[in-house]
Amino acid sequence: MTPADQDLAALWLTLKLAGVTTLVLLILGTPLAWWLARSTARWKVMVDALVALPLVLPPTVLGFYLLVAMGPEGPLGQLFTALGGAPPVFSFIGLVIGSVIYSLPFVVQPLRDAFAAIGTLPLEVAATLRASPLDWFFTVAVPMARSGFLTAAVLGFAHTLGEFGVVLMIGGNIPGQTQVLSIAIYEHVEALDYGRAHLLAGGLLAASFLMLLAVYGFNRRFSTVRA
Amino acid sequence: MDVRFTLSRTGFAMNVDLQLPDKGVTALFGPSGCGKTTFLRVVAGLERCLDSEIRVGDEIWQSGAIWRPPHQRPLGYVFQQPTLFTHLSVRQNLQYGARRVRHPLSGDEQAKVLALLGLEPLLDRAPTGLSGGEQQRVAIARALFTRPRLLLLDEPLAALDDARKHDILGYLARVRTDMNVPMLFVSHSRDEVARLADYLVLMDQGHITAHGPVTELFSRLDLALAREPDTGVVLETQVTGHDPAYGLTQLAFPGGTLLVPDGRHQDGQSVRVQIQARDVSLSLDPPGRTSILNILPVTIDTLQAESPAQVLVRLRAGDTPLLARLSRRSADALNLEPGQAAFAQVKAVAVLA
Repeated sequence: MTPADQDLAALWLTLKLAGVTTLVLLILGTPLAWWLARSTARWKVMVDALVALPLVLPPTVLGFYLLVAMGPEGPLGQLFTALGGAPPVFSFIGLVIGSVIYSLPFVVQPLRDAFAAIGTLPLEVAATLRASPLDWFFTVAVPMARSGFLTAAVLGFAHTLGEFGVVLMIGGNIPGQTQVLSIAIYEHVEALDYGRAHLLAGGLLAASFLMLLAVYGFNRRFSTVRA
Repeated sequence: MDVRFTLSRTGFAMNVDLQLPDKGVTALFGPSGCGKTTFLRVVAGLERCLDSEIRVGDEIWQSGAIWRPPHQRPLGYVFQQPTLFTHLSVRQNLQYGARRVRHPLSGDEQAKVLALLGLEPLLDRAPTGLSGGEQQRVAIARALFTRPRLLLLDEPLAALDDARKHDILGYLARVRTDMNVPMLFVSHSRDEVARLADYLVLMDQGHITAHGPVTELFSRLDLALAREPDTGVVLETQVTGHDPAYGLTQLAFPGGTLLVPDGRHQDGQSVRVQIQARDVSLSLDPPGRTSILNILPVTIDTLQAESPAQVLVRLRAGDTPLLARLSRRSADALNLEPGQAAFAQVKAVAVLA
C-alpha cells in the first residue's frame, strides 16, 4: 500500500464509519430522544445525564472501558463469541459501537429539543383527525422536527469524523481496517511528514466548517420562514 | 348523547352526568377555569378519567373497560389556538383528516364547505401567511371534511379580535343551519351562546349548575345568567309576513308577533331574536298613543329585586317567557305582583340569525 493509498483508505474508512454511525444513531436515537422529550418518569434525569456523559468524559476513559467490555473476556466480547463471531475489538464493528456511544449526545440532544419544542397540541390535533400514534409520529412530529434531524445528523457525522481517542483505544491503528483520518494525521506528524498532515488536517477542517455552515444556514432560513 | 365522568386533578375535581340532545348546538358555558375545556377533552378522549361513560348516538366511546383512543372517535375538534400544520399547505391541511376516514365529505360537499367558510381564495396560501381568523376557518373545514358525528369547538373565537369573532360567528351559524352536524361548543361569551346554541349547559367549578334549552335557561331568574347587564331572552320565531312599504318583517312566536326592520328573510324561515331585559318596559293599561312598535300582552310571573334600585321581572307572553328590568320605584308604584296582566313594551329586538 502506497502512502497515498493509505491516506485514501483512511479517508474512506472515516467516511464509512461516520455514515454508518450517524445512521445507527438516528435509528436508535430517535425513539430515545422522543422518550426523553415526552416522558415524565422520575429516572428520566438519570438517562439524560448518561446520554450527556460522552460530552465531558475523556475519550480515553470511554475507550478504555469499551476496550475492556469488547475484549474476549468482556461482556460484549462474550456476547459476540456466543453469537458465533469474534470479539469486536480492533474491527470496524467495534469502531461503530464506540462511535455510536461517543457521538450519542450530539444526535440525541438536538432531536430531544426539537421534539420537545413541538409540544402536545399538534399531536392532539392529528389524533382528532384520525391519525394513529405511529401515523402522527411520522406525518407530524418528524416533519416538524426536521431542523432537529438535520442538526443531529450533521453534528453526529462531523463529530465522528474527528474522533481520535476512542478509536485509538478500541481499534488501534491498522491501516485499511481501523486507521481513521485523525489517526493518520497523528502518524504523519509523528513521522514529521507535515505536508501530508496539512493536506488531511486542512481537508477535515474545511469539510467540518462547510457542514456546520450548511446546518446553521438551513436552520436560520427555516426559522425565518416560520417566524 | 350521554356524558358521565368523574375526574380529579390536584386542586380540581369534576363530576358530570348529563344527557344531551343528539342534534343542534350545545354550548358549555361558564367562567374560565370551570372545566369546560376539560369536559370537551374527556369527550374527545384526550383526557383519561376513571369511572366514565361517553355515548354518542348508538356508539359507545368509553364505558368501564372500553376506551376508544381519540383517533378512533368520529369527531371533529377545533381548538382555541390556531392549529394548522405549518409543514403542510392549506390544501394538505384540509385533506389530512379526510384522507384518514372511510367516508369523508364528497368533492361536492367539500366544495360546499369551502364556499360556506369563504375558503376558496386561501387554498394556495401557506398556513403561516393566514390571519388567526382565516386559520380557524380552515381548521373548522378540516374537521368537517372528516364527516364527524360530533363537532367539538373549544372557544374557537377566543384568540380573535371582535370583528373577526363576528365573522366566524356568522360562518358557524351557517354551518349550524346547513351542515347538520351536532356541535358541542365551549364559550364564556353570552353573545356567542345566544347566537349559536340550542341547548345550554352551565358550569361552575367543575360542576353542572343547570342545563336545558337556551330559550328556557336565558329566562330563568335563579341563574348567574340573569345577573348580567345584558340579560335577556332568546326567542325562536318564524317569518310570517312583510310590510315592504315600511321595510318591516313580521315574526311569530308562541305568544305573539314582533315587527322588526329586516329585509333578509323569507316567509316561513326561522329567525332567532334576542330581547334584552333593559329594552322591555311594562304598562298596566293598554298603551295609547305610543311610538313603541311591539307591545305584547303578558302575565307577570315572578319579580326579583336585583339591587335597591332595580327589579328583574319575568313575564309570560302565552307560553314564552320574557324578562323586563325595571326600577324598583316603578315596580312599587304599579304595585306589580305575580299573576297580574300587563303590557310589555319592547323597545328593541335584535335579530341574531
